[in-house]
Amino acid sequence: MLDATPKTLVQVRDLKMYFPIYAGILRRHRGDVKAVDGVSFDIAQGETLGLVGESGCGKSTVGRALLRLYEPTGGSVVIDGEDIATLAPEALRRKRPTMQMVFQDPQASLNPRMTLAEIIGEPLVEHGNLTPQDRLKRIYDLMDQVGLNRRFAGRFPHEFSGGQRQRIGIARALALNPKFIVCDEPIAALDVSIQAQVVNLLEDLQDNLGLTYLFISHDLSMVRHIADRVAVMYLGRIAELSPRDALYDRPLHPYAEALLSAVNEPDPMLARRERIILQGDVPSPARPPKGCNFSTRCPRAFARCHAEKPQLSEVEPGRHVACFLYDTTAKAGPTGGPEAPRLKPAAYNQQGEHQ
Amino acid sequence: MPDGGDLVLDVKGLKTVFRTRGGEVHAVNSVSFHLGRGELLGVVGESGSGKSVTMMSLIGLLPSPPAENRGGQVLLGGRDLLKITDEELRAVRGAKVGFIFQDPMTSLNPVFTVGDQIMEPLIRHMGLTRAQARVRAAELLELVGISDAATRIDNYPHQFSGGMRQRVMIAIALSCDPDVLIADEPTTALDVTIQAQILELVKELRQKLGMAIIWITHDLGVIAGIADRVMVMYGGQVVEQAPVRDLFANPQHPYTRALLKTIPSLHGKRAARLQVIEGQPPIMTAAPTACAFRDRCAQRMDRCDHENPQRRPVGAGHDVACHWSAGGVDA
Repeated sequence: MLDATPKTLVQVRDLKMYFPIYAGILRRHRGDVKAVDGVSFDIAQGETLGLVGESGCGKSTVGRALLRLYEPTGGSVVIDGEDIATLAPEALRRKRPTMQMVFQDPQASLNPRMTLAEIIGEPLVEHGNLTPQDRLKRIYDLMDQVGLNRRFAGRFPHEFSGGQRQRIGIARALALNPKFIVCDEPIAALDVSIQAQVVNLLEDLQDNLGLTYLFISHDLSMVRHIADRVAVMYLGRIAELSPRDALYDRPLHPYAEALLSAVNEPDPMLARRERIILQGDVPSPARPPKGCNFSTRCPRAFARCHAEKPQLSEVEPGRHVACFLYDTTAKAGPTGGPEAPRLKPAAYNQQGEHQ
Repeated sequence: MPDGGDLVLDVKGLKTVFRTRGGEVHAVNSVSFHLGRGELLGVVGESGSGKSVTMMSLIGLLPSPPAENRGGQVLLGGRDLLKITDEELRAVRGAKVGFIFQDPMTSLNPVFTVGDQIMEPLIRHMGLTRAQARVRAAELLELVGISDAATRIDNYPHQFSGGMRQRVMIAIALSCDPDVLIADEPTTALDVTIQAQILELVKELRQKLGMAIIWITHDLGVIAGIADRVMVMYGGQVVEQAPVRDLFANPQHPYTRALLKTIPSLHGKRAARLQVIEGQPPIMTAAPTACAFRDRCAQRMDRCDHENPQRRPVGAGHDVACHWSAGGVDA
């Protein structure tokens, strides 16, 4: 799907999203929930970047901060040449048609008192200047595109099933011919047999309209299907960002490895394999560990991991990992150097924690 | 892994109907299955397929009205649970049958300590004193892998994470050493790495305690990992039942086949396009007189429109309710 040197459509640099904690009688600022803490990535035109991670890792916050549904605490988000994070309100409003969002819960993201035509047509009223006739024609076009029967235009959201509601949400996102769509867990609320329908629709639309997606999901198998590259997040930071096949064949970051190992494969032979079982829970983003965010649960953590935070760096062509195991420039620390090269990825699959 | 010989639970022709303002909904339509001692039976199906309702109606957990039992037998230790009084049923629940619910956030009472909630069934069903129950509760917490059980026992549910709350739920369900444990989507609300922890725990507990488990889920991956035998439900009926390896290697019902194909894999070849099952699951407003899956089925025949297929054996411990899979042969 990728051309030789595709244009970068979305460029995120050091994005930070902190939610302040106020406590005590005087509601003093007592700290921050660092939901997103320095995230950087690019998305090329026409590409799908998968963003995976467990609940609370900040993946949805990234999606929302990207479209400035939150005011980012820091960093830049350049979409199609303009920095969304600092755009003035009126300029931002004019920019909105290029970037849209499909939400997780199709039940909650549609106004129950609006008809389907009103829901899909609302962005056209806000941002367009179509005559009512042209607008209705556009609404019908959109309904055709997402596979909704035109006869349903006057119905209300509660009359539709979950899969159909998600189609309405997609039609609304498409109304203004966006270039970039953030899909925030678009299939999480749907049944297995319906999920495939929605994913196929998203892929068809991408092919036909040249859309660029950020596909946020916790479903690693579905992300493998839809994404070109995948970013794995843990506690507000990207642990690994790799091309899809490379990541699934040979995850480099210990968290990415554990996460993939935890997925239940629908195959009794594979599902009963020896798995990496992580101990404990994800720490609170209000009190992240001092060193690497994953150091508290990492089966391969060593001294340096508890002291400093690893930065995301390219360790193989196209593969970015934030882990000291792959830090070839390691010179710091009393026992620093030797640990890193010892753990060659091939050897490292065999020394699973529970054996 | 036992196979049929020594049955703990035997359900025959269970029918449950909900009476709503919009008419009747036939949620459970002549469901029959059995559970061997120490066996783990996986129940798969999409939302609305009747999997949870079947298990809840077994032990009378559905409010009536609107739920109404329309026949069948539920034999547990030689007694028909549908025939006994509410008082007797209450003694069965908790003591003989443990239940783990899907959402660990809402199924614990927020105003009681975790210890109190584990002790309640011990005092009620096992006749333990408070002091004895407290000791046992701490043991149970330790059993489900909560470290520092002696102090955590006085914590409230909000002080526990989702995975730990589900461990507490498991401890409560196990407290009276039940013969049957019914787990309704116990890992669905949890993250994958926490889910893996809980699955590992259940595998361990099975080996230690040897109770039979019914595991309800829509996740075929989970089923593949833990079940001995699988039952696939659709439209309030069992459409296929087989030993786990057999089901995944050799699915017979078109619905099972389609379901297995719609799930993308983590390994193996990546399909250019996902297989889909067109259409929506049915809402059963009447007892089925035709195959419930026919509208979405690629193998639909004339016969599917006017005859509801019955389950027929197609292999060892493997049966399927489909005119097409049975090759049109009459039973």
